[in-house]
Amino acid sequence: MTDPLKRPPKKDPQKRTLVPTLPPFARSRKAIAFTAAAAEGRLALQVCAGCGHVTYPPREICPKCWSMELDWRDVADGGQLLTETLLRTSVNTYFRERMPWRIGTIKLDAGPTVLAHLHGDVPEHGRVRMIARTDKSGQGVLMALPDEETPNMADDRQLRTLTCDPKYRRALVTDGRTELGQCMAQALADAGATRIFVGIAEEWRPYPGSDELAAVPGVEIMPLDVTDTISVNELAAEMGDKADILINTAEYVRPGSTMERHGVTLARDEMEVNYFGLMRLIQAFGPGMRARGADGDNSACAWVNLMSVYALSNWPVYGTTSASQAAALSLSQCLRGEFAGSGVKVVNVLFGPLEESWRQPLPPPKVTPARLADTVVHALKEGIETVTLGPVAEDVVRRYKEDPFVLERELTQLQQGLRP
Amino acid sequence: MAKGTRNRSGYDGVVVAAPVSVPYERYSPEPAHWWLARAISALGAKSGLTPADVDGLCVSSFTLFPDTGPALTQHFGLTPRWLDHVPTGGASGVIALRRAARAVQAGDASIVACMAGDTNHVDSFRAMLTTFSRFSQDAAYPYGSGGPNGSFSLMTSNYMNAYGIEREDFGKLCVAQRDNALCFPHALMKTKLTLEQYMDARLIADPIVLYDCVMPCAGAEGYLVMREELASSRKLPYARILSTIERHNGFPDDPVQFRGGWALDKDEFWGLSGITPDEVDLLQTYDDYPVISVMQMEDLGFCDKGAARDFIRANTFTYDGTFPHNTSGGQLSVGQAGAAGGFLGMVEAIRQLVGEAGDNAVPDARYAVVSGFGIINFDRGLCSGAAALEGVRT
Amino acid sequence: MTKKTSNALHALAGALAAGTIETVDLTHTLDPDFPVIVLPPEFGQCARFRVEEVSRYDERGPAWYWRNFTCSEHTGTHFDAPVHWISGKDLPDSSVDSIPPAAFVRPVCVIDCSKEAAADEDFLLTPEFIMAWEKKHGRIPAKSWVLMRTDWSKRTGAEYLNMREDGAHTPGPTGDAVRFLVEERDITGFGTETVGTDAGQATHLSPPYPAHYLLHGSNRYGLQCLANLDRLPATGAILVCPPLKIKNGSGSPLRVLALVDRSAAA
Repeated sequence: MTDPLKRPPKKDPQKRTLVPTLPPFARSRKAIAFTAAAAEGRLALQVCAGCGHVTYPPREICPKCWSMELDWRDVADGGQLLTETLLRTSVNTYFRERMPWRIGTIKLDAGPTVLAHLHGDVPEHGRVRMIARTDKSGQGVLMALPDEETPNMADDRQLRTLTCDPKYRRALVTDGRTELGQCMAQALADAGATRIFVGIAEEWRPYPGSDELAAVPGVEIMPLDVTDTISVNELAAEMGDKADILINTAEYVRPGSTMERHGVTLARDEMEVNYFGLMRLIQAFGPGMRARGADGDNSACAWVNLMSVYALSNWPVYGTTSASQAAALSLSQCLRGEFAGSGVKVVNVLFGPLEESWRQPLPPPKVTPARLADTVVHALKEGIETVTLGPVAEDVVRRYKEDPFVLERELTQLQQGLRP
Repeated sequence: MAKGTRNRSGYDGVVVAAPVSVPYERYSPEPAHWWLARAISALGAKSGLTPADVDGLCVSSFTLFPDTGPALTQHFGLTPRWLDHVPTGGASGVIALRRAARAVQAGDASIVACMAGDTNHVDSFRAMLTTFSRFSQDAAYPYGSGGPNGSFSLMTSNYMNAYGIEREDFGKLCVAQRDNALCFPHALMKTKLTLEQYMDARLIADPIVLYDCVMPCAGAEGYLVMREELASSRKLPYARILSTIERHNGFPDDPVQFRGGWALDKDEFWGLSGITPDEVDLLQTYDDYPVISVMQMEDLGFCDKGAARDFIRANTFTYDGTFPHNTSGGQLSVGQAGAAGGFLGMVEAIRQLVGEAGDNAVPDARYAVVSGFGIINFDRGLCSGAAALEGVRT
Repeated sequence: MTKKTSNALHALAGALAAGTIETVDLTHTLDPDFPVIVLPPEFGQCARFRVEEVSRYDERGPAWYWRNFTCSEHTGTHFDAPVHWISGKDLPDSSVDSIPPAAFVRPVCVIDCSKEAAADEDFLLTPEFIMAWEKKHGRIPAKSWVLMRTDWSKRTGAEYLNMREDGAHTPGPTGDAVRFLVEERDITGFGTETVGTDAGQATHLSPPYPAHYLLHGSNRYGLQCLANLDRLPATGAILVCPPLKIKNGSGSPLRVLALVDRSAAA
């Protein structure tokens, strides 16, 4: 059984903060497909379209039938631990700092034999459940977990390098004026976050739920308006060194397409929140988080962006908002690049229509703010970086993966009752 | 006789000569070119050959980048009519021999210089591991970056579990090799090792301890392949090539490696050699970890599969023991000079057979088997090979 | 070359130099967090005051510090031109760039409603209240600015807009009061300490937003978000309030000053 994580002590001001080092990041192009699936929390391997053989490590050709059609498919996650070792030396600085390190050889039920990180609770020669996740270098890796839940399982030292568990961490929720922001704070509190900084813009305007929000354990209300550079910088100066997790709940959504907009004022407001707001947050909080990627049990670990799935492909019914969220998605990709090497994950949650006033006339199925908040916490606990939430979002992402150009046509064709 | 080998010809009239070892160094600021240059210089000095005489070249090296064989011909002043560059690591000593022997036999070359050499800068081992192979990069190195220590510890653990062999048994091989090394002037390990020290040694990757691991270093090895009459006319002591095998990716479906390609080819190997395992005077295995030496003993038929434990307990492995093994100390005690590690056993075997071994000489050595094992890709070694040699004293 | 200086300006200059005429600043600092008027969310909104650095003695400009700011024509302490409201849209000289500049320097009367506003946040200024004030302070001179003092500028945070679920609750004038000031007293403009010239609940008055509707419909001007009105005498001060000369501008943030005679005679 895993020793429960202890609440990290206060930082020794005389000690230098550990500089983030990285596990090996070089991968072949084929292996990047494994990483992309791992970022979604999926265990996907190449399956031969010709003979069905499941192959690993990633190849260009099926070693059984020489078909070159190797499709990445989700495979069964069961496996058998064949042999293991406890590494006590490593040529890699990252692992050297974290020795000893348990690894093992696992025969997957899906076929291949793989090398994987090994959870401390997996018994010798035991059954395992495999997960694929991104590691601190941002690349996909395999880890074998105990077949069944064990006490304090999430606190395993090696598993925690793949996850962003809010337990004993400090989080910033950038907008607490909305139900979403308030649900987010509650979900973080439930997950054991010790301090939850919640940004509130324009405190001179009252907002519903303010009293309940202030009563959530660990919540500290902070002035923050993502459209105001000064406000963002002032907050970063005050608590930026404690932003282990940043969840950007600020969003600006308005229905309408370009011609209905009658000028760019609203569109500019959308950009001010959705795009420039994100940029301001990155400029203010990014450098500090990037420097704290290896700062102990409450290191900086995740930056979470919440975006409408129409960031992927414009839906003219919310045309200019979609455009601003596309800009935000693009910027989050840039952030992923800027955080590469820091060990801080960029988590993008693409959600379908949210149950809130600006999407009120949209038909179900919708995503409730509480569900979105729970999904974020789940993603953090699991270490998943790319999340799709709700049937609408899942549908759009599926079509996007199949062919983004077809999706574009589908979303922009005339639709009954939804003509922009 | 194994499938597909009915018409295979032997190596009649082809011999190996002029074994040279360039003394190893733990770290070297010199490039691989310098180490290979020393090897070819030593080959020339030993054989009396000049650049104009050598018309075949076979090279193995990991650290020669950006150069390969062709660049070395210009660098070394050679104009060969036959050239090869074998990237088979620990199997390269055997594989170079196979390539060169057939070239000489067919008349494509008269004298082939076979060389392996690598440098070891302070950080070059780490750098080499990082980019060793695509499968390793994608599927092994990210898991703790233990390098070969990690892969072999998994194999060792599995092997011990399957066959009941114990650490003392591995230790016995390591201690014997150290004893051999104390009689070999070029060995980097100069102090005696006891079984007690072995058993108490620092763990590297369970169950592998410090003395199970080779020490990366810089060095070079070389030998010449030519026709027997040419060796005689130049008064070079030589050894005949009786038999060779090679195999790659031998048992791809074994979940964990517990055997190598030798097991596929051993019948052919002994059949072609005309000798039996009992007649072998010394065995040189590729010994980057003792477990792999054990596999070679079994898979080449010196004992049955799974019987290595008893075989080890029944024999002694020093140069003067009942089963002389890795008589120079092997890589475990001499050091692992990159690809030269794949030549070390071959060169030592030739030295023993032509009577050039020193204090570690195996008395009356006539037959030697050299085995190679190379390229840990992802989870296992891919290349295996072996050669049987017969010494001819002039 | 000699130049004839008017006696009045000469006296003014002397008094300013001597400090017997004080320059009082009636302006709030332009601060990103200063409240602006909040309309129902489906309408266009007033832009907040925002600042972005262009350079600060750094690689963007090594020896100089400067910034770009953005805001609405109606952010912070600001001036409303007649064209701001639909009732004034077709009037001549009704945008900030075309208003005759004389309107920007005028006598000012300050009607103190601070006690009433403290007692009733929805206090409405009526003609009767104005006439009662006149009894005490004299008739409001033509072309004057009239400022409604409520001490609202001393409020901060949520207290300032005083928003509730049924809207803002802040004092302002009745339609009759505005009509009286325009038609009976011919004022230049009307100013308040609150976020608008109208009361918080003015949408429910008739006409809705009477200050905006009637003032601007008569080509008169508005000032809002004023401060320091408690430092002005009821009468006798001069207001200085030139807005930015924005082409066709509906209003403008501005610096509002008052000249107050502090001599013993005053």
